[in-house]
Amino acid sequence: MSEKQQQAVITEAAKISFQNVTKRFQVREGRGVSEFTAMDGVNLDVRPGEFMAVVGPSGCGKSTLLDLLAGLSHPTSGQILLDGRPITGPGLDRGIVFQQYALFPWRTARANIEFGLEAKGFSQKERRERARHYLALVGLSGFENRYPHELSGGMKQRVAIARSLAFDPDVLLMDEPFAALDAQTRESLQTELLSIWEQTGKTILFITHGIDEAVYLGQRVAVMTARPGRIKRIIDIPLGKRSEDEDIRSGAEFGALRHEIWSELREEVQRSQAFDRSPVTAKAGLAK
Amino acid sequence: MSLDKAMAATSSTAAGGLATRQAGTGTGRAVAAAVRIRSAAAKVLRSTAAIAAFAAIWELAPRLGLVDSTFLPPLSTVLSAWWDLAVSGALLEHFQASIVRSISGLLLAITVAIPLGLAIGYYKPVAALLNPLLELFRNTAALALLPVFILILGIGETSKITIVLFACTWPILLSTVNGVRSVDPLLIKSARSLGLQPFKLFFKVILPASLPSIFTGIRLAGASSILVLIAAEMVGAKAGLGYLINYTQYNFQIPEMYAGILTISALGLLINQGLVLLERRFSGWKNNA
Repeated sequence: MSEKQQQAVITEAAKISFQNVTKRFQVREGRGVSEFTAMDGVNLDVRPGEFMAVVGPSGCGKSTLLDLLAGLSHPTSGQILLDGRPITGPGLDRGIVFQQYALFPWRTARANIEFGLEAKGFSQKERRERARHYLALVGLSGFENRYPHELSGGMKQRVAIARSLAFDPDVLLMDEPFAALDAQTRESLQTELLSIWEQTGKTILFITHGIDEAVYLGQRVAVMTARPGRIKRIIDIPLGKRSEDEDIRSGAEFGALRHEIWSELREEVQRSQAFDRSPVTAKAGLAK
Repeated sequence: MSLDKAMAATSSTAAGGLATRQAGTGTGRAVAAAVRIRSAAAKVLRSTAAIAAFAAIWELAPRLGLVDSTFLPPLSTVLSAWWDLAVSGALLEHFQASIVRSISGLLLAITVAIPLGLAIGYYKPVAALLNPLLELFRNTAALALLPVFILILGIGETSKITIVLFACTWPILLSTVNGVRSVDPLLIKSARSLGLQPFKLFFKVILPASLPSIFTGIRLAGASSILVLIAAEMVGAKAGLGYLINYTQYNFQIPEMYAGILTISALGLLINQGLVLLERRFSGWKNNA
């Protein structure tokens, strides 16, 4: 089989496929307009049902990647396929979980979960039913009528996850969802996310800057380069099933993988810091 | 613990928490009830103390000759004048005239300013087109236009309601524009990612997210509705609280004049309270409500 054919097979089987995706932004700089390349020739295939973690130094275009995949912006060149079809706009086949929860403060937990269902045109009875089901799935039964400001950070993120799962997307995109939480809440949510993933069989693309988190959650970890964002390496995480009782994070294998990613990232962080000290920082900050 | 001891404990200021902790026991519950009554009484006392002191000074200063009682009659004289006005029905007539004008002006302003503000906040071209004109109007004191309104609309109700409408429009308009512009972009992004089209996005996200800000504007407008109305009534009217104050002052009915002023304060409080209740009803999800 030639390399090209092989490529075609992978593409067909892939749930999400980034094909040579480049994204440039126009940045105003003084009087002129300059161009800033956020992502440059990104190739990435995510298999159906896979948990793929993406790590990278800050400003590596992780959020750009997510925006493109969500259909909120369009690549300058290249294409992104979902089930073999190019993404043309936002859709309910993809659910997004944001770092800052993005819950609607005027809606109760249940009404927040029902938001996407309203967009999909479910009946009220069905919406209630689903909201109850998914609140239970994230361990928040009994909190239906709480407003977001009455919930803790961890609970808000649970509601946000339930909201994204409720309209049953094939793909879950998570943008540093646990970054704003305290360590303990984060660990318990990570464990729960894995069990939700196992129960629902969703394809998950999980963006993070935490190496531990990436190794713990991902079946594969994609390491991105600093500006412009490219996929530097994809590392398999052959850790098998994570169980709740076992402290997998302190195992030797976990440590080795962690170190491998850390070394890859360190170069990028150094490069990115060197970049930060140069006068073009403002430009990069804008495009972030 | 004996009841006596418990009661003694409650008399100290720190007893609230203590009594709550005892609330599970039989005697504790009675004590807790007593504390609740006491703290409620203290609360009432705190919130009325300043007003009571003000009333006392008003009553005593003229009586002790600290101020001329012709120009500032004691509160009791004012209140009895108020009572006479109320019984005669004159007060109600003026009060009604004022409240009808201010509320109709406010309601009209709400129906004009909110849609306009939403449009300006949402569509950039509309904002670019209208902003200079609006900025000019906003900075024109409403009362400066009163002669114009009277000239064009006559001395009747129309000119008064129009000036209230004018004065109320700006705070509502500005806070609506502000509300729309300051909707958390993340919420919009989140809704857009769910495939919401602009029309639905507007009604499901932008409007509810702007409501608190819109209500702030409505409350500001409520205050200025009265301010402007009273001034308008002083200039040219045959009824209304502003007219009452002006008329009584000309005729040297000083206690009646103060009675009119007190009624205006009451009207202001009434409108504000009504708006606060309305605000709670519509944006009860806010932390501070």
